[in-house]
Amino acid sequence: MKIIKTTKKQLLALCGMATFAFGSLSAAEYPTAEVNTTGLAVTDDTVTVGQLHSITGTMAISETGSVEAERLAIKQINEMGGVLGRQIEIIQEDGASDWPTFAEKARKLIINDKVAAVFGCWTSASRKAVLPIFERHNNMLYYPTFYEGLEASKNVVYTGQEATQQIIWGLDWAYEELGARTFYLIGSDYIWPRTSMKIARTHIEQVLKKKDPSCEVVGEEYYALGHTNFRSLINKVRLRKPDLMFTAVVGGSNVAWYRQLRSAGVTAKNYPMLTISTTEDELLGIGGENAEGFYASMKYFQSLDNPENEAFVKEFKEMWGEDSVIGDVTQAAYLGPWIWKAAVEKAGSFDIDKIHLAHPGIELDAPEGYVRVHDTNQHLWSKAKIGRILKNGQFEVVAVSDELIEPDPFPEGYQ
Amino acid sequence: MNSLKDYTDPSFSKLLYQRLFANKEALVGFLILTALLLLVLPLFLSPFRLGLAGRYLCYAFVAVGLVMCWGKAGILSLGQGMFFGAGGYCMAMFLKLEASDPESTAIQTTPGIPDFMDWNQVTELPWFWMPFKSFPLTVLLILVVPLVLAFVMSFFYFKGRVTGVVFAILTQSMVACLWYFIVGNQGYFGGINGITDLKTLNGWDIREDSSQRILYFICSLLLLACILLSRYILSSRLGRVLVAQRDMENRVRFSGYNITSFKVFVFCFAAVISSIGGALFTLQVGFMSPNLIGVVPSIDMVIFTAVGGRESLLGAVYGALAVSYAKTIFSEAYPNLWMFFYGGVFIAIVLFLPKGLAGLYQDNIKVWVKNWMRKPETDPESLKIKESEVNNVE
Repeated sequence: MKIIKTTKKQLLALCGMATFAFGSLSAAEYPTAEVNTTGLAVTDDTVTVGQLHSITGTMAISETGSVEAERLAIKQINEMGGVLGRQIEIIQEDGASDWPTFAEKARKLIINDKVAAVFGCWTSASRKAVLPIFERHNNMLYYPTFYEGLEASKNVVYTGQEATQQIIWGLDWAYEELGARTFYLIGSDYIWPRTSMKIARTHIEQVLKKKDPSCEVVGEEYYALGHTNFRSLINKVRLRKPDLMFTAVVGGSNVAWYRQLRSAGVTAKNYPMLTISTTEDELLGIGGENAEGFYASMKYFQSLDNPENEAFVKEFKEMWGEDSVIGDVTQAAYLGPWIWKAAVEKAGSFDIDKIHLAHPGIELDAPEGYVRVHDTNQHLWSKAKIGRILKNGQFEVVAVSDELIEPDPFPEGYQ
Repeated sequence: MNSLKDYTDPSFSKLLYQRLFANKEALVGFLILTALLLLVLPLFLSPFRLGLAGRYLCYAFVAVGLVMCWGKAGILSLGQGMFFGAGGYCMAMFLKLEASDPESTAIQTTPGIPDFMDWNQVTELPWFWMPFKSFPLTVLLILVVPLVLAFVMSFFYFKGRVTGVVFAILTQSMVACLWYFIVGNQGYFGGINGITDLKTLNGWDIREDSSQRILYFICSLLLLACILLSRYILSSRLGRVLVAQRDMENRVRFSGYNITSFKVFVFCFAAVISSIGGALFTLQVGFMSPNLIGVVPSIDMVIFTAVGGRESLLGAVYGALAVSYAKTIFSEAYPNLWMFFYGGVFIAIVLFLPKGLAGLYQDNIKVWVKNWMRKPETDPESLKIKESEVNNVE
């Protein structure tokens, strides 16, 4: 993957200096005392970063992909010569699917190990647990998961989509392409699905309804995390016959949900579904045949056809095995170390305040396509995509938004 | 141990002293723990490690409570997380209200209420949040909420003579219910995320290193006070009835004691102590989450007690410290494998140290020390008798 060197071009234009180019940075040009004024773990030839995911517990199955992707990115960066001529070293900690443990380990990485940045977290709960620590001790977290928004910390870079990026364009697509007019909203019961459905409902009732007055939400249901009996819900869905089920069911519930749908004869042919929570990772457990034909609104699918993605998938499989699959979050996690590298080199420093100022405008040709860091909120401009689930657990990409979609974590009118 | 003469002694402080420290060994043990908590750890640990130790000590409150109700009175509770959570949530609600002043929540639809309420379309502060605007009321509720919870729960069960395994399972199901209740009511309790981003206590920034240090000392002192209070209870007639009903419930019942009230008392006592631990935990960690009050943490707390030795108040503190420390160290050193080590240690303790760390001390170290201190010609038989006397005390 390459970092687009707009920053360099701007520098050239502004100052007329052509002294350095990315890739040929050597540590000697950047004395440690100058690039690290706040006492981070940076030496003349290494820089230490933290990696904080759940390797044990219920979330391990989801977070493993992120761990692997971040490791791959760091390995590639080291092979290219590292960051400011320094090789990246990793201290890995296990959040153990437990939010207080996440907080403890974040403290350890930041205060004890003085890491230069942390790549980690997956669930919103774990991010919320560590956020005050990152803000208090001024460090930088690169957070990969699509999430509910309502947050824009100067100490977090959000490399996944926030809710409006994932939902609004997807609903518009379903309205145009599937002719969806009646919607059934279904989610697990926590903050991300709740916020997502609030945005979806507002969009359906305020925007789509203006285009066609017959647009309406015919049902909205939430189920506890880990819930496995969806039969009564499925009966309600059959009764109300929505044009589209819009779903955000997560974790272990997924397997039961799709299997029960199939056994009740609710398939993509008669009941189209657009999900914002099912990626290639979940499909491993669900089985492609149980979810065949349903749609997902994401920003990345493993089957995306572009040279960056081809190289990414190839190298990921070389490092982590031929059977590994790459979902949306895994790709977003892969972006974290690259954005950090670009910010550090743009700032010419590891200081957190300086890389915070360097983030806006950083551009990457990522596996998902071109992305750019937003000017104010440290989220990514990216293209939304719709994929259709295939029998083999992969997605067929059926639509890509024409424009980059702006991240808007505090959407006015949708809150 | 106390003879009649001691009770008639006019000096109250001497009597109190004898109630708390029945023999020299109890005094020395307590002083060693005091020195460890108040001198050794603060002197030798970095601020980060000391903060961790402070958090472990919060679990020690629960473990001390479990020694009282499980070790001494024979009531195994697998639901202590419920009371730990009650204290923790009370404190978190107070801190959250203080952190949600109208200025810092100006971007919300309804400024001045906690952020998670705003995200869940709650537009005004629910009535049961109102008491948490006042710090004295919060402190009172930290003690009263677990008391009421524990009383309501235990009174009917114990009255109906529900005991042993059945009671343990009931406590576990209660804690699971509470977990679902909190996760399900995310507009009121923050759901699975918990109550996060707590900053100040009456304007005092709890996130600073210096305040973490002060909180550590407060935590240690309160823990020591709880241990003394527990000792006081155990050395009273009440304490002896508790132990007696554990060993032979029917005989005590036939002697005319109302067992229910004794059991309810000790269960409520353990609940209140756990709740204090929970409140201190929230202060030190800066957030409260349902993950701390589920079934798994509740069982963890029983493990602390078992490792420490379920009949030893001091052992419970060492158990909580040792197990939590082992968890931290293993998971830092081997992020991928630590669960195996952790599990291995438990199996080893169950197999080789069924009485926990306190048993290790009683059966090995103490004998060794005594043999070493005494002259070799001492008759081993008399030593045995002395030991059994000592065992009866603690």
